[in-house]
Amino acid sequence: MAIFVDENTKVVVQGATGHQGRFHIKAMREFGTNVVAGVTPGKGGEEVHGVPIYDNIEESLEREPNTSLILVPAPFAKDAVIEALDAGIKTIVVITEHVPFHDAMEFIHYGMYKNARIIGPNCPGIASPGKTKVGILPNMIFMEGNVGIASRSGTLTYEIVNALTENGIGQSTCIGLGGDPIIGTTFIDALKAFEEDMQTEAIVLVGEIGGTAEEEAADYIKRHITKPVYAYIAGRTAPPGKRMGHAGAIIARGKGTAESKIAAFKDAGIEVASFPQQIADMIKNDALI
Amino acid sequence: MKLYEYQGKELFKQYDISVPDGKVVEEENGLEDVKIPFPWVMKAQVLVGGRGKAGGIKFVENMHEAKKAFHELMGMEIKGNKVKKILVEEALEITEEYYISIILDRSKRSYLLMFSQEGGVDIESVADEKILKIYVNPLIGIQDYQLRKLKNREIAKIAKKLYKLFKEKDCELVEINPLVVANGKVMAADSKIIIDDGALYRHEELPKVEEEFTELEREAREKGIAFVQLGGNIGVIANGAGLTMATLDALNEYGGKGGVFLDLGGTDDPEKVKQAFELMKKANPKVIFLNLFGGITKCDTVAKGVKAVLDKEGIECPVVARIKGMNEEEAMEILKGAVITIPSFHEAAKKASELGV
Repeated sequence: MAIFVDENTKVVVQGATGHQGRFHIKAMREFGTNVVAGVTPGKGGEEVHGVPIYDNIEESLEREPNTSLILVPAPFAKDAVIEALDAGIKTIVVITEHVPFHDAMEFIHYGMYKNARIIGPNCPGIASPGKTKVGILPNMIFMEGNVGIASRSGTLTYEIVNALTENGIGQSTCIGLGGDPIIGTTFIDALKAFEEDMQTEAIVLVGEIGGTAEEEAADYIKRHITKPVYAYIAGRTAPPGKRMGHAGAIIARGKGTAESKIAAFKDAGIEVASFPQQIADMIKNDALI
Repeated sequence: MKLYEYQGKELFKQYDISVPDGKVVEEENGLEDVKIPFPWVMKAQVLVGGRGKAGGIKFVENMHEAKKAFHELMGMEIKGNKVKKILVEEALEITEEYYISIILDRSKRSYLLMFSQEGGVDIESVADEKILKIYVNPLIGIQDYQLRKLKNREIAKIAKKLYKLFKEKDCELVEINPLVVANGKVMAADSKIIIDDGALYRHEELPKVEEEFTELEREAREKGIAFVQLGGNIGVIANGAGLTMATLDALNEYGGKGGVFLDLGGTDDPEKVKQAFELMKKANPKVIFLNLFGGITKCDTVAKGVKAVLDKEGIECPVVARIKGMNEEEAMEILKGAVITIPSFHEAAKKASELGV
């Protein structure tokens, strides 16, 4: 098991021949990902680390991909996602940062219409250790196991995953949802999937200031989630009105404070860590009881 | 990017939304060129809310009063924003005031049009049942049946134009508060517009507004570095927005106060690391806390960049470094002696906080 991506995942990389594309095709293959094709307009016929490159997604379908990884620059991201959706790809991971919000809105809604799952934009991707990785998360931090992680942040998640692994706690799936205000897969989508996933026994949510996704997640957990949930929220000291690196990390009009999110989690009976690495200790302690 | 009121009103005019007659004045003798009959309303142009309460809006009957108001307004600072421009407008005889806005709704991932009969006040203070909310699918746009819910043909027309502006100019927010009826005409008496920074590349026609940022923040924006100046004296450099925020929070646990948020992002380019350190030095922190997690970005590459800056230009304040992940031992070795290296996140945060006191 695992959620959204697993051993059956066959990846096509859009934006395959740039520096990023080449690097991450190699890294994904080392992780064990089945990368079946790459797409870069005008580069059809080439190869990247043995992966055939096509001019467009439709031609790459002869390799039967079912998941796309988008690494193209922001102005072309919407076009790339829609191309993948029109080709029938049902899982799309958008790494690209600085995608215009209106573009993200449109491809997310088009994705819903096409019954597809879009992860991101502005995310590090998703990894199911022992099975596959679709994204740019570092390989060496993971260990197969039964903790599911969903996060709005990249490196902060690596810190937490790394601390789990160092403590002998493995992961089922680690999903980076993205740091933008408008994202395709939310905490609630991840929670729903983790609850149903046989492999996942505990869930970690890594949130940050901005929006109300954590409050909505807390409410959902109260009503639907039976597995233990642990949380960390970044930005307790962030001032209102300032964008803290991520486009979505902003306290606007009094909404999106860390206090509100922490209070919502606590109200739902969820343990909230003060330091990221503390998550590992919490899970360990609970396992001892 | 926030637009000033007068810039927003220029956009409204382009979209055929009526605004009062007005002129922007920057110097006192500019008042003589205002061809609008008295009485006037003179409005300080700032990018923050709460201007009216701060005394940033004045009504004047004649040139004598206008000059006096001009000097009062020009000297003002509203929530740290210095007034540099004044919008002079015809004073309207307002008979009705409404509120209308369109935003990106994060939870529903749709556009949200809000309308209220209670205009002219902060929308946050208006009871929820007094706000009409219309969610708009971004693929099909606003529908006529939705506009009919506004129960006023003139306002519906404005809503439709506002939606067009919102979409075409890549707005995060457009707000008219108040939308007024004056002399039987519906007009935008104020404007608030925020453009999505990520879409600015396709809007060269829009003015460039950066006054909401400090000088160093502007320099960082040009260099593509995420950099925010805060109140404290500890400069934090980390890689990734979430980790940088978490580092600032950790300092707070030990009584330390973050002075700078600097997110290196996914880079290990020595040039970028150098630029980041230079910016940080300009912010003059009492101590720098470098907190890295190396994944794709290798710790030793970043460490080399840091070492190069320290060797070449030196640094007056202590640097505490906590480095974890890919090639951490090599990185620690490179920085040994040059900075205070502490392997634990908590311990390093504690040390940096102590040095910041």
